[in-house]
Amino acid sequence: MNFETIVGLEVHVELKTDTKIFSPAPSHYGAEPNMNIHVTDLAYPGTLPTLNKRAVDFGMKASFALNCEVADVMNFDRKHYFYPDNPAAYQISQDKRPVGQNGWIEIEVDGKKKKIRIERVHLEEDAGKLTHSDNGYSLVDLNRQGTPLIEIVTEADIRTPDEAYAFLEKLKAIIQYTGVSDVRMEEGSLRCDANISLRPFGQKEFGTKTELKNLNSFNFVRRGIANEVERQEKILLSGGEIVQETRRYDEATGQTVLMRVKGSANDYRFINDPDLPEIHIDKEWKDRVRAEIPELPDARKTRYVSELDLPEYDAHVLTLTKEMSDFFDATVAAGADAKLASNWLMGEVSAYLNAEQKELHDTALTPEGLSSMVKLIADGTISSKIAKKVFKELIENGGNAADIVKEKGLVQISDEGTLRKIVTEILDANEQSIEDFKNGKDRAVGFLVGQVMKATKGQANPPLVNKILLEEINKR
Amino acid sequence: MTLMKKSAAELQQLLHNREVSVKELTEDSLQQIAKLDGKVQAFLAVTEKEALSQAESLDNEPMENRGPLFGLPIGIKDNIITKGITTTCASKMLENFVPVYDATVTNKVKQAGMVSVGKLNMDEFAMGSTTERSAFKTTHNPWNLDRVPGGSSGGSAAAVAAGEVPFALGTDTGGSVRQPAAFCGVVGMKPTYGRVSRYGLVAFASSLDQIGPITRTVEDNALLLNAIAGVDQWDSSSSPKQVPDFRAALTGDIKGLRIAVPKEYLGEGIADDVKESVLEALKVLESLGATWEEVTLPHSKYASPVYYTIATSEASSNLARFDGIRYGYHPEGAKNLEEIYLRSRSEGFGTEVKKRILYGTYALSADHHEDLYVKAMKVRTLIAQDFANLFEKYDVVIGPTSATTAYEIGGVAQNQLTLYANDVLTVSVNLAGVPAISVPCGISNGLPVGLQIIGNHFDEPLVYKVAHAYEQATDFHKQSPSQGEGNE
Repeated sequence: MNFETIVGLEVHVELKTDTKIFSPAPSHYGAEPNMNIHVTDLAYPGTLPTLNKRAVDFGMKASFALNCEVADVMNFDRKHYFYPDNPAAYQISQDKRPVGQNGWIEIEVDGKKKKIRIERVHLEEDAGKLTHSDNGYSLVDLNRQGTPLIEIVTEADIRTPDEAYAFLEKLKAIIQYTGVSDVRMEEGSLRCDANISLRPFGQKEFGTKTELKNLNSFNFVRRGIANEVERQEKILLSGGEIVQETRRYDEATGQTVLMRVKGSANDYRFINDPDLPEIHIDKEWKDRVRAEIPELPDARKTRYVSELDLPEYDAHVLTLTKEMSDFFDATVAAGADAKLASNWLMGEVSAYLNAEQKELHDTALTPEGLSSMVKLIADGTISSKIAKKVFKELIENGGNAADIVKEKGLVQISDEGTLRKIVTEILDANEQSIEDFKNGKDRAVGFLVGQVMKATKGQANPPLVNKILLEEINKR
Repeated sequence: MTLMKKSAAELQQLLHNREVSVKELTEDSLQQIAKLDGKVQAFLAVTEKEALSQAESLDNEPMENRGPLFGLPIGIKDNIITKGITTTCASKMLENFVPVYDATVTNKVKQAGMVSVGKLNMDEFAMGSTTERSAFKTTHNPWNLDRVPGGSSGGSAAAVAAGEVPFALGTDTGGSVRQPAAFCGVVGMKPTYGRVSRYGLVAFASSLDQIGPITRTVEDNALLLNAIAGVDQWDSSSSPKQVPDFRAALTGDIKGLRIAVPKEYLGEGIADDVKESVLEALKVLESLGATWEEVTLPHSKYASPVYYTIATSEASSNLARFDGIRYGYHPEGAKNLEEIYLRSRSEGFGTEVKKRILYGTYALSADHHEDLYVKAMKVRTLIAQDFANLFEKYDVVIGPTSATTAYEIGGVAQNQLTLYANDVLTVSVNLAGVPAISVPCGISNGLPVGLQIIGNHFDEPLVYKVAHAYEQATDFHKQSPSQGEGNE
């Protein structure tokens, strides 16, 4: 029997507001434990939450960017559970009236485009962090308590691990473009759980699903889903039944492991939070937030293809992160040829960033620097080979390509007289190669060109060298 | 002769003429407490040192900087947060809890120059109507020490009635300011929901709780409400509405006032002596130019179950934070997380609190959420609508504050009809969010009777005006219990 894979994702994204969603404490990452807290974050008796409107702006922004309808009226609810990372014993979240609903993202897998629907985007507060120590005690750090989050819940529209990967890649790009989050999985500002079930092709009803947690990278999401699908398939094929449970992806073994059986679902006893009046979002507010949303990846991609004549592939890669895309735009704006700039960003620049484990902003390279180099290549002032030297200088120490070329004497030798003199000397010293060439050994030309480049420290203009070399050989 | 039974205006006069200093006023209050509180048991903490040092520094304040409440002693109910001073909610759970911040109202009374002399007893977490449910002591009614002072703000009402302090803050979730005020023969106001910031009030039922003043006279009450009212950036449910000068409303002129008297407020379960006092009071109001008609609040019969469902649901949520981890009662020798949770909540909370948490948790549970909590919220809007309908035709709604006068301490539970009638009288006001005051309107068998005047949202000025006109036309507020200085 053949099974269809059904996947829905729940993605948590931390919003990078200056302060927490319901308290005036700072919400940035990396402070000493329990330093970024206010009495409200401790759920100290008598304290009340007060809503940070900026978090609502951010939630709206993300919702708009994900093609959601933004609520006219929304409210906050209390979701109850006891745990030491949750001081009030309830998390303030949104149950029935979330900020965004009915959105979608378009993904592309193997050249096929597909819309993944987004059921809802809701605002909530993050919990604190527990550290379990060896002596039997657990330490509670409430710095993260109250950090604003959005939870993005998809419809069960995803059918393959690759679609899940493409969805996350796209989601990350969109959210990052809006500027509401750093969306860094390694810092926990993007977290993803997957609901996975199988059903025989043609069947309407969904099968029993399992929830997969501890997916710490997009690749692990892909592998985790694939492994869970395999596991469920085996059970179903052997006549077994899937148990509704929460499973964890084990990175070491690549297997999913049982965490807990859901049994009767958790009873969160949702209640409208009486401390937070409902929020009315009028047209003016929506218009203001919508106006703050920059051009999103799909729009840029289209522009790169239609206006800058870039291949689809280039446009896709360049728009994966806003930083890269902004850098590309600025490089082109500074006068660089679009395709050359794209080649360099996707090639040398990306290779450098990967090798050094850096982000663009960690390097000394500027759009003006890259543009100045691309221009020198285009007008023949430097060769691609020289450009690699210039590039290394630009990305490590910054500056302008023309200055580096001048300083280091890297200008391409394109003067015919100079080159003819050098070529003549090389030919004089390599009579055997001329002989070989005339006997039909084409390789000999390569050797001679190499000799010229060596003599000019690589600065000779290669096409010109070729041309002169052939002329001079033919004279002999 | 104590100064604690004088009005704010009289005390200001004395201060202004330098016949008495703030320190002497404070000492007088402390002496009264020392003399009377052994019997009345209104205070859970007396902050003598802090009060005297504050009084001394206040005495240096130039006369022109002083407002109408400057230098006057006040007692604060023990569910209102006071920085550096225990705030126990009369619960073992918070027995040694010393907060690190001040409630907004605590700040505001300080800014008004008032001197807090201590924290007042109450039913644990404000759950009760006799103050017998305090984990620490039972407060006695100064009019008759065998009787309860009412509750949950029983300490506040008793302290004012006994003449230990001229001012007190109480809190009212379902009648907890008005009913003890009625039982103790003082004035208690439950302001419009949102009029006073709840920041720093340890929450019982967040959508119902309001802090309110308890005083000897209506004018004093109006002054104290002016001091504590107003929007607060730390409480999103506080109203941005301008706070009027409540004292300016006390003109004595209520000619043409249209009064609604719901028949449910004088029906089954209301004691005869209470009914008579209220009807007498209506005659007094008529003599001042008001008219009254009998009306109906058709949904008031649901007020009690609706109130208990909503209040306990919110309480089960609000009190979940007391888990023995960050503050409050922590069980000795608990070996794991579950044990900490179980034991701190089992040992820290009293029976009534646990009962209400259980009921509220049940009402919010998945299987009952719709037919209990959601349904109660729907009926709540109908109850509020009943009041809105009345206020289209009438200016105020009047009835008794309580179905009976103060009960005996430790007495058998009141009969069901009385309990039910009491709920109908007070809790619907909280469900509707409207303001209501209790003023003394009679004395029966040596125990005070309270008249309840209910106004439309944010119409405290009219409520005060009516209460004041009535008060000035009668002598009940001049009478004083024997446990104080004796009848004047």
